[in-house]
Amino acid sequence: MNKVVDNADTAIRDIGENATLMLGGFGLCGIPENCIAALVKKGVGGLTCISNNAGVDDFGIGLMLKQKQVKKMISSYVGENAEFERQLLSGELEVELIPQGTLATRCLAAGYGMPAVFTPAGVGTEVAEGKEVRRFNDKDYLLEMAFAADFALVKAWKGDTEGNLVYKETARNFNPLMAMAGRITIAEVEELVPAGMLDPDHIHTPGIYVHRIFQGSKYEKRIEQRTVRARN
Amino acid sequence: MALTKEQIAQRIARELQDGFYVNLGIGIPTLVANYIPAGMNVVLQSENGLLGMGPFPPEGEEDPDLINAGKQTITTIPGSVFFDSAMSFGMIRAGKVDLTVLGAMEVSDQGDIANWKIPGKMVKGMGGAMDLVASARNIIVAMMHTNPKGESKLLPACTLPLTGVRCVKKIVTDLAVVEVTEQGFRLLERAPGVTVEEIKAKTAGKLIAAGEIPEIQC
Repeated sequence: MNKVVDNADTAIRDIGENATLMLGGFGLCGIPENCIAALVKKGVGGLTCISNNAGVDDFGIGLMLKQKQVKKMISSYVGENAEFERQLLSGELEVELIPQGTLATRCLAAGYGMPAVFTPAGVGTEVAEGKEVRRFNDKDYLLEMAFAADFALVKAWKGDTEGNLVYKETARNFNPLMAMAGRITIAEVEELVPAGMLDPDHIHTPGIYVHRIFQGSKYEKRIEQRTVRARN
Repeated sequence: MALTKEQIAQRIARELQDGFYVNLGIGIPTLVANYIPAGMNVVLQSENGLLGMGPFPPEGEEDPDLINAGKQTITTIPGSVFFDSAMSFGMIRAGKVDLTVLGAMEVSDQGDIANWKIPGKMVKGMGGAMDLVASARNIIVAMMHTNPKGESKLLPACTLPLTGVRCVKKIVTDLAVVEVTEQGFRLLERAPGVTVEEIKAKTAGKLIAAGEIPEIQC
């Protein structure tokens, strides 16, 4: 089976209206830039997006929000986006806020074939409303369900033609988890190499989880908070 | 004299021990990194997937793939390691992180904490705060003793939506170091020149002040 596709447009060709997507990345770090650009170009709407953050006004998922392509966001933190706030307050956009570790673990559960997990995050808070609470070893835990997503869009540093992926630094974040959790997983990489070029000991995501892979045409890799120290 | 934010961070740094893995929240907690005693090995965890967080990079060496949980550009140090978000919260949940320092809007005398949501205002989300407070073995809150209106932030019960219940162990404010006990807040130390009476007056929750209360040594 050939997993390699030419570009982002081909990779996302069958993402339709009202699909549920997972998008990797933390802030703007490690986001699937090329897939997002292709979705904006395609203009598909009614999307539910599972992603830790919602981008900024003019980059990342913010670009899809601007075009009103997103119906619902499932995130842990959505601070940095004025258009997001406007749509939320006007009722155009539905938002479900969940703890970051819960978000990660619900992806992990999906990729590991487990229907649900127990986590203490949110016990005694409004996050616990309507959820089963179970006590183990004198501590309360919430039952949290594995995610189900039609597509996972992830970004890796390097990938090979078998779909094996290697991430770079903190751009790893949610990407390997979401890669395991999508019904169809689309990986975009900075460098696509022939099978055999990656050290099998150093692969983070085994290709069995990846259905389509392509080399992104360009990466802007925008920095959200540029912080530096004085040179000595 | 009330402590400055830097002095609050300095006092919290005295809680560090050699070999500690520590997660520092945004705001005053971040400043604690500046006061790690020389020669002490403290490893900073950033919940977006890094153990061994180094200082900000020199100008021109910023790496967009290398950020902390506050989305700031940072660096690694010898011994640093990257991992995914599930493992990051896995090590937090499993109690591997020795100390978590975070800010708060309110803390109750039972150790409940509220720091993520003000009803009626734009809600940005809890990020990793709920996971951290639900699992960390030792949680120290760094905050001002009162809010900008002068109202106590140490309460009999939180009025804002909770982040976690019965989890805060210690609070370091500009006025005092307070421990959370079964009986309520216990005053351990006071800022230089600040009286026990002033701290009592600015603490709405139950405060126990027994015996001589020493001044904070930063």
